[in-house]
Amino acid sequence: MSGLAALLERDIRLAVRLGGGAPMGVLFFLIVVTLVPFALGPDLALLRRIGPAILWLGALLASLLALDRLFAADHEDGSLDLILMSSVSLELAVATKALAHWITTGLPLVIAVPVLALFLGLEPWTMGAVALTLLVGTPALTFIGTVGAALAVTLRRGGLILAILVLPLTIPVLIFGVAAANSAAVGPVPFGAPFTILCGLTLISFVIGPFAAAAALRHGLE
Amino acid sequence: MRLLASDLGCVRSGREVFAGLGFSIAGGEAMVVLGRNGAGKSSLLRMIAGLVRVAAGRLALEGGDPEFTLPEQAHYVGHQDAIKPALTVQENLEFWASYLAGPATAKAAPEAALEAFALADLAALPAAYLSAGQRRRLSLARIVAVKRPVWLLDEPTSALDALAQERLAALMRAHLDGGGIILAATHTPIGLAGTKELRLGEPA
Repeated sequence: MSGLAALLERDIRLAVRLGGGAPMGVLFFLIVVTLVPFALGPDLALLRRIGPAILWLGALLASLLALDRLFAADHEDGSLDLILMSSVSLELAVATKALAHWITTGLPLVIAVPVLALFLGLEPWTMGAVALTLLVGTPALTFIGTVGAALAVTLRRGGLILAILVLPLTIPVLIFGVAAANSAAVGPVPFGAPFTILCGLTLISFVIGPFAAAAALRHGLE
Repeated sequence: MRLLASDLGCVRSGREVFAGLGFSIAGGEAMVVLGRNGAGKSSLLRMIAGLVRVAAGRLALEGGDPEFTLPEQAHYVGHQDAIKPALTVQENLEFWASYLAGPATAKAAPEAALEAFALADLAALPAAYLSAGQRRRLSLARIVAVKRPVWLLDEPTSALDALAQERLAALMRAHLDGGGIILAATHTPIGLAGTKELRLGEPA
């Protein structure tokens, strides 16, 4: 277990020192959300109605930003070779790296939601619902993304192919995340039903993501 | 302990690199892999490290720990040094020491491993500022920090100065005296006496 703790600590430390993940993701999120009122015009009622969807789309795009470096950086400097030679299972290593990635890029997005929700004139109750759905949903985005990151590890322009591979797979998470946030804001569906499905999707991604990503990494070795 | 290879074949992107390769290295023995560029020296080391698929034949470590696979009992020092520039020398080494060591593996203190390659003074320096030779020494310090019986060294002396080469040779001798196995791919002498030789890419 100490190996996994060391990996988690290393990845978080690298993300903080390189400064790429959290600030860039949050800034990108901020820009996407700020652009929408310029595009739609200052119709507060409209913004309030589509606010949760905008926040979810912004978070989805922002969570993709640093994903292509998740394994590519370790592949380029040979760290991935040594990770494969450890007695720590590759699946757990992948899950640990995904967790570190979520802590440094996903969690800051969730924390930024209350500020951005103010821009869109959301009610405090809706703001809470969006933050809660993102807290539950962004890990799913990261864990689904690890599969794409593992597949694109040896490609030079991996970032582009990664977005194309990953975005379609995130549609269910987006649907139920926005549905849960909207139901809290306007109804008529109760919050619980879509939210429970969202939780389920996240749990499924925890199981499938690391195994699929580890298989992709092993296959892409040569 | 004995590292055995029989009828080993390697195919990379459809091209046969070598075939019908066989050797046996006993504990306490070192073997130098020689051959022209592209003969498959690195491929052979990476195959033993479990990083290249074994296309044909058989590889086994007899008398090793049955709990672990061959790659888990081997150290691989390749051309890429697995060093993160944003971490300090000590952080780089400590990470690999705790990640590569199994729960029961003997682990030397990272300080001792740094000292073995005269890196102790640089411990707090970010690895981004290391020279090529210092990076290589940090990469080699890993194999001292975690005890594994098989050392796979790809051009271990490249970029090392004379003093560091002597330190490495002394460490390799100590490893062999302790019953370890060394497989090194190299073009230059590595400072060990009585090594076996394996020539790749030449008609046997």
